Amino acid sequence: MMPILADYALLWPVLVPISAAGLCMMLWRLPAMQRIVHLAALALMFGASLLLLAQVEARGVLAFTFGGWAPPFGISFVADRFGAIMVAVTGVLALAVGIFSLAATHRRHVQNGVYPLLLGMLAAVNGAFLTGDIFNLYVWFEIMLITAMGLLVVDKTRAQLDGALRYAALNLLSTLVFLLAIAILYGVAGTLNMADLARTLPEVGNSTALTISAALFLIGFGIKAGYFPMFFWLPASYHTMSIAVLALFAGLLTKVGVYACFRVFTLLFAGGESLRDVIALMAAGTMLFGVFGAAVQWDVRRILAFHIISQIGYILLGLALGTAAAFAGSIFYIVHHIIVKANLFLIAGAMHRVTGTYDLRRCGGLMRSHPLLALLFAIPALSLAGIPPMSGFWAKFMVIDAAFRANAGWLAAVGLFVGLLTIFSMSKIWIEGFWKPAPFVRHTLHPVPIAMRIAIAGLALITVVIGVFPDALMTYAERAAEILVNPQQYIDATFAGHAPVSGAGGGQ
Amino acid sequence: MNFVYAAGIASIMGVGLYLLLSRHIVRMIYGVMLISATVNLTIFLAGRIGANPPPVMGLGETALAAGSANPLPQALVLTAIVIGFSLVSFVVALALKIYRQADTLDSRDLGAAEALGSAYGQADAASRHSTVKEHAK
Repeated sequence: MMPILADYALLWPVLVPISAAGLCMMLWRLPAMQRIVHLAALALMFGASLLLLAQVEARGVLAFTFGGWAPPFGISFVADRFGAIMVAVTGVLALAVGIFSLAATHRRHVQNGVYPLLLGMLAAVNGAFLTGDIFNLYVWFEIMLITAMGLLVVDKTRAQLDGALRYAALNLLSTLVFLLAIAILYGVAGTLNMADLARTLPEVGNSTALTISAALFLIGFGIKAGYFPMFFWLPASYHTMSIAVLALFAGLLTKVGVYACFRVFTLLFAGGESLRDVIALMAAGTMLFGVFGAAVQWDVRRILAFHIISQIGYILLGLALGTAAAFAGSIFYIVHHIIVKANLFLIAGAMHRVTGTYDLRRCGGLMRSHPLLALLFAIPALSLAGIPPMSGFWAKFMVIDAAFRANAGWLAAVGLFVGLLTIFSMSKIWIEGFWKPAPFVRHTLHPVPIAMRIAIAGLALITVVIGVFPDALMTYAERAAEILVNPQQYIDATFAGHAPVSGAGGGQ
Repeated sequence: MNFVYAAGIASIMGVGLYLLLSRHIVRMIYGVMLISATVNLTIFLAGRIGANPPPVMGLGETALAAGSANPLPQALVLTAIVIGFSLVSFVVALALKIYRQADTLDSRDLGAAEALGSAYGQADAASRHSTVKEHAK
């Protein structure tokens, strides 16, 4: 039994949620059963992701090609350290949000299929992290998009329908641009397997078609990830979602775009020096405009949605620098960001449960009435702003240190300035929501449900642990970055046990 | 031949992008459909089209005859068509739902998402909401 579990460690993080999604569909009329299946699947997925992390740690890069085909012909799944840590953090976050949603899921959400959609989306997210085939990556992106659009309209309010339309318009375009990039890449290289592409592209040499393909990848993933100047769909739609779904979206979906961007620009277009300057400008713009957008908002969800964008800028900064230290910083940053950002949205949900509003002007006095919630808010808020000893400090430190080492002082300066404005935004939520006296007297004070408290405290604990003991994750990130800089391990693992076959060829 | 094909793809793409920029939701959906069609045609072209024999292997053969057509782009296009179809169906259903609730398909008149949690005061948002309703009537 155990060897099977370990041998197919690569498949469980996708198989578990997707079969649970099917099971939930079959149990459509039994909401209680769906809830049990959903929670059990999240727990199993959490276990599966930890198993994968342990296996990658023990055996190096794992690869599996479906259907018994030799690698460039069959669809491959590959997990290197970067992919494995992303799957692991997805497992942690999904479980935390699953526990939170015990207290936040209404019957109408279940009637509109929130459980199968959530599980389907998680399967697609894990699939995108693990696939080693660029067309397969497109398929996972599309599954993610269709389930995400279903989740966006789970309340069927007018604002949600409106938000979903804005989300759909740009995200449909993004996947089409992504597919166009794949088409051109296939026309040039004649293969779709990423390890095979990494092997053949240096031989093909540089050409206009490849540059266009790289630029299209950057645009396609950039819209998904919320890069400047293509992030406008995000603040227009995210705040309409129901809060547990929103936390999962905020933590995971943009990061899938970022992950794909890293994969493509390290493995396929490693020599894409011409795009580095463009990426650097985009990173600076993403950081600045995200944080400026947040400054004028009063709705907690809107403030946090704009902060997703500004934080994405820091991660992109690592890609713009292109050194091993910068990649390590970005990987650390992604892990920290997923946990912290999702936790802030969960706290916004708890604040809404207590005060009945997301508008900061209408809430207040939470520090006196709910001191524990105030403490739990302070941890991720300080972490997001980069105050030591929270995880955000180390994340920012690694990225900005890498920027100085790569002689990109202006990028580091932008990063530090944006960190200052992040403190401004977080202290705005603190002063308005927690510190100032409540604007009117409330007769009934709602407590924060226990499920919400467990989820928020669990994620806050992870933030503190990463912050106090950053060494383990830092070393891991550095070793993951080595594979990104030198993808030979990734290529070797994909083709291990198979005779080398030349690229499938696109005809004459 | 390839040039004619590419020019055709470019012109359809142009029409699609123009329609995508429209404020009318149905036109926008037409735009997405046209762009998705051009992307599929590009994949097809990337597999090198020409007067090639079909990619069929006889009994007992283990490899395609030299010069036969590339079967992979057809499989990719088929996948992309199915996915595109499902996404367009979803967006059409969304448009229908929006039309039934808001009585308009002009995206300028859809202010519900923008009004939710607006930074510019509750009163502002409320008045904007009512003008939308009046306009729709």
